[in-house]
Amino acid sequence: MGKRVVVDPITRLEGHLRIEVEIAGGKVVNAWSSGQMFRGIELILKGRDPRDAHHFVQRSCGVCTYVHAVSSVRAVDNAVGLTIPKNARIIRNLLHGAQYQHDHLVHFYHLHALDWVDILSALKADPKQTAALADNVSNAKAGGAAYYRQVQQRIQTFVDSGQLGPFSNAYWGHPAYKLPPEANLMACAHYIEALRLQARTARMHAIFGGKNPHPQSLVVGGVTCVADLTADRIAEFLYIHKETQDFIKNVYIPDILAVASYYKDWGGIGGTTNFLAYGDFPGGDAEPDSLYLPRGIIKKRDLTKIDMAHQEKVTEEVTRAWYLDGPARHPYEGETKPVEEDPQYKPDNGKYSWIKAPRYEGLPCEVGPLARVLIAYGKGHGDIKPLVDSTLQKLGVPATALFSTLGRTAARGLETVAVGDAMEGWIMELVENIKGGDKKTYEPYEMPDSAMGVGLNDVPRGALGHWIKIEGGKIGNYQYVVPSTWNFGPRDQKGQLGPVEEALIGTPVADPKQPLEVLRTVHSFDPCIACAVHVIDPDANAVYRFKVL
Amino acid sequence: MEKDISFYERLKEKGVSRRDFMRYCTALTATMGLSVAYTPKVAEVFAAPAQRPPLIWLHFGECTGCSEALLRTQYPYIDELVLEILSVEYHETIMAAAGHQAEEQLHHAVKQYEGKFICVVEGSIATKYNGGYGKVGGRSFLEIAKEVTPKAAAVIAIGTCAAFGGIPAAAPNPGGYKGVGEALGIKTLNLPGCPPNPINLVGTVVNYLLLGKLPDLDANGRPLFAYGKTIHDQCPRRSHFENEEFVEAFGSEEAALGYCLYKMGCRGPETYNNCPVAKFNDGTSWPVEAGHPCIGCSQPNFWDRMSPFYEEM
Repeated sequence: MGKRVVVDPITRLEGHLRIEVEIAGGKVVNAWSSGQMFRGIELILKGRDPRDAHHFVQRSCGVCTYVHAVSSVRAVDNAVGLTIPKNARIIRNLLHGAQYQHDHLVHFYHLHALDWVDILSALKADPKQTAALADNVSNAKAGGAAYYRQVQQRIQTFVDSGQLGPFSNAYWGHPAYKLPPEANLMACAHYIEALRLQARTARMHAIFGGKNPHPQSLVVGGVTCVADLTADRIAEFLYIHKETQDFIKNVYIPDILAVASYYKDWGGIGGTTNFLAYGDFPGGDAEPDSLYLPRGIIKKRDLTKIDMAHQEKVTEEVTRAWYLDGPARHPYEGETKPVEEDPQYKPDNGKYSWIKAPRYEGLPCEVGPLARVLIAYGKGHGDIKPLVDSTLQKLGVPATALFSTLGRTAARGLETVAVGDAMEGWIMELVENIKGGDKKTYEPYEMPDSAMGVGLNDVPRGALGHWIKIEGGKIGNYQYVVPSTWNFGPRDQKGQLGPVEEALIGTPVADPKQPLEVLRTVHSFDPCIACAVHVIDPDANAVYRFKVL
Repeated sequence: MEKDISFYERLKEKGVSRRDFMRYCTALTATMGLSVAYTPKVAEVFAAPAQRPPLIWLHFGECTGCSEALLRTQYPYIDELVLEILSVEYHETIMAAAGHQAEEQLHHAVKQYEGKFICVVEGSIATKYNGGYGKVGGRSFLEIAKEVTPKAAAVIAIGTCAAFGGIPAAAPNPGGYKGVGEALGIKTLNLPGCPPNPINLVGTVVNYLLLGKLPDLDANGRPLFAYGKTIHDQCPRRSHFENEEFVEAFGSEEAALGYCLYKMGCRGPETYNNCPVAKFNDGTSWPVEAGHPCIGCSQPNFWDRMSPFYEEM
């Protein structure tokens, strides 16, 4: 048996995640992913007004803000049986597109980059050579030796202060860091630029949503921001969108390519097997046909055979999660019965996480940017296929390299470009529609006494479904199966590993005391654990403890 | 003076003129309810102190929306706050270290800065089952909070969850979640809101750095400079309320004209916060401006007391 290493807390993510790995011969040979916090939003929703649900579920997560709200109003729209007006559809798409731009940018620079970039090494860089490197790889607006000297001086002053703050006690100098000092300095400069840009990017949400995080303009039936459908508001949105898209194309993508060129071995590490996407961004009333990002399922990495995905085939099971055993169930029939005893952390043969195990036709599936990009690629998507092909060509790697940690990180960047470009078309569609005299943003409706509805989206972290049962005009049952439940769920009854657990196997670990390489693969999924665990039973009179390792 | 010059030069390099910066400081000074005479002193706080005041940020039963809100601050930008104004010793969302090294950093910082650090808490604390519903590194939120908060110079509860329990504490409150003050039996400075406006955190911290004390608070522990008046009393749509010009359906002509949302369920008359004045995301908008009623998110127990949200009060 190899050496067991626990990483808890996993930082630079939303929520409370514990990862345990077994290492033998310098590689991960087994892995367990465990959710560590429970709030109970689905149970809190029971008996409430279905119109209010989106406010509650949006608080699942402030990083992936907006997304639960939109799936929730779509589930209730669906239960009520209404079709929202064109303006409302476009505004919901624009808010969601803005979330893609914001979320992916923040993920790459602020949650993931420090797995690849050694900040302290940047102090050894030659600013002139850094400027030359930056000129060579990108069309970044900010640059030049003076600029990089100033950034370096700023880091030097910070380090000299002796107060390293959030950069204290990290893995600086770790042998798995491969970038030369100049590339590290360039990345540090862009880390800071992206920090500032994201504050401006988020203003897109505020324009049509009142604020960010947690925009507040969605309602069942449409959107409320009818007074903001003005030329100046739309122009402001367009301006911020362009500024962000400029950075994405001229800084973010070149940085991914620059980093990837030093870490090509990660194109063979961290892959999974099956991929699911519900697709998103409806271009009309017909779904899934009008979705900009397509719906589909890939089994066993077979890109030549992509089937349509059907939400009816989704189940959740709890064999290895801290709930009473029962059959795998579809979310409409979903149950939540925590074990009525002290849950023990038993990764080897028992239950070990509060995250349930979702399956599609019994298969664990990776969801998220890589799943979406693979499905679009396999289907010959007009925008995404050329982006993927040119990236593979630039890096000189085959398409099989997509099934990896690096592939996941690159896919996230590529879809940001595609969605960002599509947004410009949606903005113009909105302008044309308003010009034509259509200012309708809301469809009135009667709340039925009893109904069922589903809201499917593909949000930055992956396939998201909300299912609602309305009884007596109130919420009878509410279940949501979120991306991080798919990606970070535990083993199932057949012993099939969850996607992250599978992806970690084979990861090289140079120093088990500093498992930097484990963080790379975990972070490449962009975990959001408060989203993944949101169910508990208020009646279970049990004391829950964890075995502390 | 030398410090000043280099600071303004630095600002200029970042594309912020001295005038823009002073305008921001004036606005912040006003938000804090201080006289204009304080403006230069407020500016001084941002001018890179020799030793940056340490801050430890704990994440408990939360959604990270409050951390995200802070990332949206534009004056000062978050990188200045982190690199030049404060010393953020522990913050799980942004810190480089993980696992054992992260835990070690927390212990080290608490020890080194005992009695001197500002402790910001995001999220509520599960109290049922020995606090077993939420853990970091194998220890419950309750245990960590009991260990860290008594050693802080001040405890700031950011967001409605940390202040009053928030969403996990909504009925039936499965985990027995409570706000930090209630869970620990201590006094906290509360900055509720879901999420709160980052300008109110910056204002509070500046107040502390400048005057060496926390701002004056209301009965709910909220700074009066931000939470002293109702949304309704500051609402730009107030005249429509007085004229009985109401929105009665979303998407209607009245909605397009920006009439009062009272009949759509607006909780502005019962909610204390400065949203209509401070607005969000660099003054871009706020929920009522986007045509949606206020849901009362900075009031205690608002998830239960203010809902159903779309029914008139």
